[in-house]
Amino acid sequence: MLNDKILGTKSFRRNIPQDTSCPRTFQENLFVPKITFMNTSVVSKSISLPKVLVLTGYGINCEEETAKAFELSGGLPTIVHINDLIENPRMLDDYQIMAFPGGFSYADDTGSGNALANKIKNNIEKEILDFAKQDKLIIGICNGFQILTNLGLVPAKENKYGQRQAVLMHNAHARYECRWIKLKNTSQKCVWTRNIDTIHCPIAHGEGNFYAEKEVIDSLIKNDQIAFKYIKDDNSPANQEFPFNPNGAMLDIAGICDESGRIFGLMPHPERFNSFTNENGWTLEKEKLLREGKELPTLGKGLQVFKNAIEYFTK
Amino acid sequence: MAHRIEVITHVNDTRSEVMRKNLVSEGFKIETAKVLEVYTINKNFNSEEIKKIAEILSNSISQRFKSNEPFKDIDFDFALEIGFLPGVTDNIATTAKESIEEFTKHKFIEEESVHSSTLIFLKGKITEEDTKKIGNILANKLIQRISVKDKTSFEKDDGMGLSIPKVHLSSEIEITKVDLNISEEELLKLGKEGILNHDGTRRGPLALEKDYLYAIKEYFEKEGRSPTDIELESLAQTWSEHCKHTIFAAEIDDGERTARARASEESSSASSERREPIDKDGLYKGYIKKATIDIRNKKGKDDFCVSVFSDNSGAIIFDENYLITDKAETHNSPSALDPFGGAITGIVGVNRDTIGFGKGAKPVLNKYGFCVGLPDDEEPIYRDKDLKEASLAPKRIFEGVIAGVNAGGNQSGIPTPQGFSYFHKDYKGKPLIFVGTVGLIPKMINGQPSHEKSAHNGDKIVMIGGRVGQDGIHGATFSSETLSAGSPATAVQIGDPITQKKFSDAIIKEARELDLYNSITDDGAGGLSSSVAEMAKECGGCQVNLETVPLKYPNLEPWKIWISESQERMTLSIPEEKLQKFMDLMKRRGVEATVIGTFTDSGRCIIKYKGEKIMDISMDFLHNGLPKKTLHTTYTKTERKEKTIPEPENLTNTLLELLKNPNIASTEFIPRQYDHGVQGGAVLGPLHGKGRVMSPASVTKPMIETTKGAVCSQGLYPKYSEIDTYDMAACSIDTAVRNSIAIGGKLSHMALMDNFCWCSSNEPERLGELKAAAKACYDYAVIYETPYISGKDSMFNDFNGFDKNGNAMKISAPPTLLISSLSVMDDVTKAVSLDTKFAGDLVYVLGETREELAGSEYFPEGKNVPKVDAISAKKLYEKVEEAILKNLITSSLSPSHGGLAATFAKKAIAGQLGMEIDLSEISREKDLQRNDFILFSETQSRFVVTIDPKKKEEFEKLFESESFACVGQVLDSNKFTIKGVNGEIVVDTNIKTLEENYKFTFKNY
Repeated sequence: MLNDKILGTKSFRRNIPQDTSCPRTFQENLFVPKITFMNTSVVSKSISLPKVLVLTGYGINCEEETAKAFELSGGLPTIVHINDLIENPRMLDDYQIMAFPGGFSYADDTGSGNALANKIKNNIEKEILDFAKQDKLIIGICNGFQILTNLGLVPAKENKYGQRQAVLMHNAHARYECRWIKLKNTSQKCVWTRNIDTIHCPIAHGEGNFYAEKEVIDSLIKNDQIAFKYIKDDNSPANQEFPFNPNGAMLDIAGICDESGRIFGLMPHPERFNSFTNENGWTLEKEKLLREGKELPTLGKGLQVFKNAIEYFTK
Repeated sequence: MAHRIEVITHVNDTRSEVMRKNLVSEGFKIETAKVLEVYTINKNFNSEEIKKIAEILSNSISQRFKSNEPFKDIDFDFALEIGFLPGVTDNIATTAKESIEEFTKHKFIEEESVHSSTLIFLKGKITEEDTKKIGNILANKLIQRISVKDKTSFEKDDGMGLSIPKVHLSSEIEITKVDLNISEEELLKLGKEGILNHDGTRRGPLALEKDYLYAIKEYFEKEGRSPTDIELESLAQTWSEHCKHTIFAAEIDDGERTARARASEESSSASSERREPIDKDGLYKGYIKKATIDIRNKKGKDDFCVSVFSDNSGAIIFDENYLITDKAETHNSPSALDPFGGAITGIVGVNRDTIGFGKGAKPVLNKYGFCVGLPDDEEPIYRDKDLKEASLAPKRIFEGVIAGVNAGGNQSGIPTPQGFSYFHKDYKGKPLIFVGTVGLIPKMINGQPSHEKSAHNGDKIVMIGGRVGQDGIHGATFSSETLSAGSPATAVQIGDPITQKKFSDAIIKEARELDLYNSITDDGAGGLSSSVAEMAKECGGCQVNLETVPLKYPNLEPWKIWISESQERMTLSIPEEKLQKFMDLMKRRGVEATVIGTFTDSGRCIIKYKGEKIMDISMDFLHNGLPKKTLHTTYTKTERKEKTIPEPENLTNTLLELLKNPNIASTEFIPRQYDHGVQGGAVLGPLHGKGRVMSPASVTKPMIETTKGAVCSQGLYPKYSEIDTYDMAACSIDTAVRNSIAIGGKLSHMALMDNFCWCSSNEPERLGELKAAAKACYDYAVIYETPYISGKDSMFNDFNGFDKNGNAMKISAPPTLLISSLSVMDDVTKAVSLDTKFAGDLVYVLGETREELAGSEYFPEGKNVPKVDAISAKKLYEKVEEAILKNLITSSLSPSHGGLAATFAKKAIAGQLGMEIDLSEISREKDLQRNDFILFSETQSRFVVTIDPKKKEEFEKLFESESFACVGQVLDSNKFTIKGVNGEIVVDTNIKTLEENYKFTFKNY
């Protein structure tokens, strides 16, 4: 079969959870990814669409909606268990994009994202670093961001991939926080935040308090690596004020990229804003639109993050 | 040699700062607190290796570590270390061990281990006594150990020292034969206190009553031998109230049936054709299940039930390809002793009821309900006469269960959009901790209906997930008893959500579609004894080799292995030819899976231990041998006088005070710490509007790509029970139904679940109250055509203990019925939130207001408890549903606890827009003229909605046959005023003041 040498015949993989009653094989997925979403029907054009490896296992738990967000944005996601990746790391060659979804890998034991990063370092560090250095894209969302920082894929000052340079610490109020916040894109460089100025996004984490030493922060600023900052409703800086900055992060940092702008880690969950009806306060927006006689949108604005990644390869 | 690694956080150490603040607020004079993580590694490594290990267990940016020596630069007066007791699940240690193994490429062998603990350095004006007290606040003595050192001895000993909490069990394993030819007194003692040990102690309650004991005695006389300990324990588990629901199954009041009932019974050959409950079938079959059968018959081709009462969850149709499941559980007794552990194992356990539905459903949302004592009640009560075992204070139970559901739900990646907290002084002895999970499963899997499953003769019995230890021994029998000094500490369990997440993913997302098993069920109450024996019913027998069961520590006695309730386990039935593939898959997913026996068709449940047969009971006796009970009920209603109070002059203050009532006030701090957005399908969650007001209902899209939504709500009115349990149940049902309607639920596609939490259910009066509530369950469900699809009951929520003077006391939880509703709405964009949205919108009250204040949050005295007129309510609900589908309603909330006043206020706070209301307009019964009664009556079946003034005509036309009125409008200011029936202003305040009061009570939580 076409993919056997890439996938390894033993490698069991899951597909996007569109229809779990009849799981499509990866091969089928490759050719006819017909996606029906609300009233929109998107049929992908060709085999050349970017392929996305969405990692799962050991408590990662946002893999399905992350895969769905890539799918809705025109990508070809495959959910891969980390043990399968460890067994066959060469499958990475087949992918243009890698996603570390949110979740609770190893229950945050020994530090959030630390144990899963250890698992990667202990088994496939070289292959992941190789992937990071190529002209490919990586995103780490929430727990995925914590994993990326522990792996040293962001901020990777001076291209020192593999060196831990920042940390996401316990929230300033030391409690898990789930709410919607507002973000401002402050980077020209970051591939993932293109075409976004400000955006609402949900956060849900206990350890999102971004910290790095001064020289790292200085270099983040100098190299245009701060991609998302928390802001207030009126778009002014959150200035670490709760709840606008929900965790006390330095400089209101919500997301950073590496020096190339290809590798992106962020605490907020853009994949949870996949539909119009996800957004906090959408019912008010709905009433406004209805009274103005306008149609309701279907998709959520968070998908722009994923579209940017797909367009990096297709445009 | 063992090693000790200590890790300190040196930047942004918020945890230490929060610890200091919390201790200060508890009254301790603490200047600084410093929290360290400690790993004790019981394996040989050299100092270079241990340093490398410390590096991977800590963060190089924010933390420093010491190996085998303490930090010397910390200023402190006392050091306090909290670790686990031997044998208690230590999740952090498990993770650390795995990281170390992969890093060093060396596996730990059986005697080697890792243990985690927390070390706290305290500085301040405190004594050693204070430090111990702090230890007792932070730790739970049932599962944790504390050690304290002052600075001098810490320095002298060079640190806290090494301590390895290992379980040492006697290696002499003996199967005890239990002689049942003993006096009746001895026999009863055996049932109450358990099997006698050699040392004269007893093993803990079997909770077997007299007639059960005689049935067992008779069975073994026929078998010609005495039972073994494991046989007796197994029967006790299987026959427990917790597992068999003996009270709900018992024939109730037979022989006292009304002449009418008997006549109709005789006139009808098939009992299911009669639309009324049947006493002789008991409360479950004759009332609850009967309601479902009658509704399904009536709905005919529109019946949406698929699997009801037969599996771990109930299931209804979601759409043409999927089923949606629901289940709610309680974890009351464990939560009373260890709130965190009780709640986390509760939520993770009810998740398994989803994973264990049919071939395995995916959990898509969690629900909670916390019924606890009054949060400011600090009067101690004790489980023992010597006043040594104090019960936990309500506030501590509350905080513990919140944290438990937080850890369980968040770590499992299941959103928690739905829940409530309710406070009553009589939940002090025994809290009620409800947890529920909704699941999704394709209708067909591999060409077979997914809800059907069956273990086959010859299938292997496979246990997956966690290992078995002493934890949770006697959980099933314990929760069937009241809480007292004898309650076993081993009943406490610790959750490990990640272990479960791993197998949940491996089963639902992989093995299920690969068709690798024939049947699956949860290892819950009763452990293997329950799961294996239940599945064995499907094929007719089983044989288990207990020595193959993986253990947390060696030398666990066979009877304990069989009934242990160690968490995060499931049992599967796997055909021989698929076994290898299944085991390989589990290994690749980091899931421990073990073949422990074979399903058979022998008609016997046979257990061997190292070759020796230690249990051999007929399947029929095991499952059907328990004598059927007949229960006698009485229900004497005390004559209540209608009391009254003068109408307060200032209703503004009354309203503001009411908003501080814990049953009305915002508990926003709970949903804020519960992930309600994971899985990407959040539509309307726990908080609505700019003002973030708690919603009693939620909408979730379990599949991102469709527009269908799962609408959930809950209803309960414990205070009404004192007056009339029939009306209490009616109001609970009506509330669960109408909250769902208010947000966009669909009455013709709505199912219910009943969770009865009763007290003293061996007393005829309590049973009479129960029967009345069950009658309401039947009557109202049948009218609304909302079938019950699953349910659970917990019958002994009593506390038998002592007050601070050593006087015996009993606190019974108020008879409580939680009704949960699950509805499927076709298009989530139609959902309506509760917040007002535009100034100028009109405010309507739909439904009639009556003087029904008894049991209310405002004035609980009196006798007029709200009564539900379901026939007219149903008409109204159908109209509201239609109005919502036509986009006529802009915001909607139905009054419940706190009546119209609380509802108006909540809507205004949520919208952050003013409101003016005129009470004289409100549609109400003729004589109702008191402003306070109109505002605070808890009459059911009403809605407060706002609408676009342009739609006034269309809206009013739709409701013309209903009782309703336009009562005010939304303002473009922050003013909130209510005009009384005589035109005078009776409430005059503003949004900010309302909000401050609504958010006052729990603002420091």
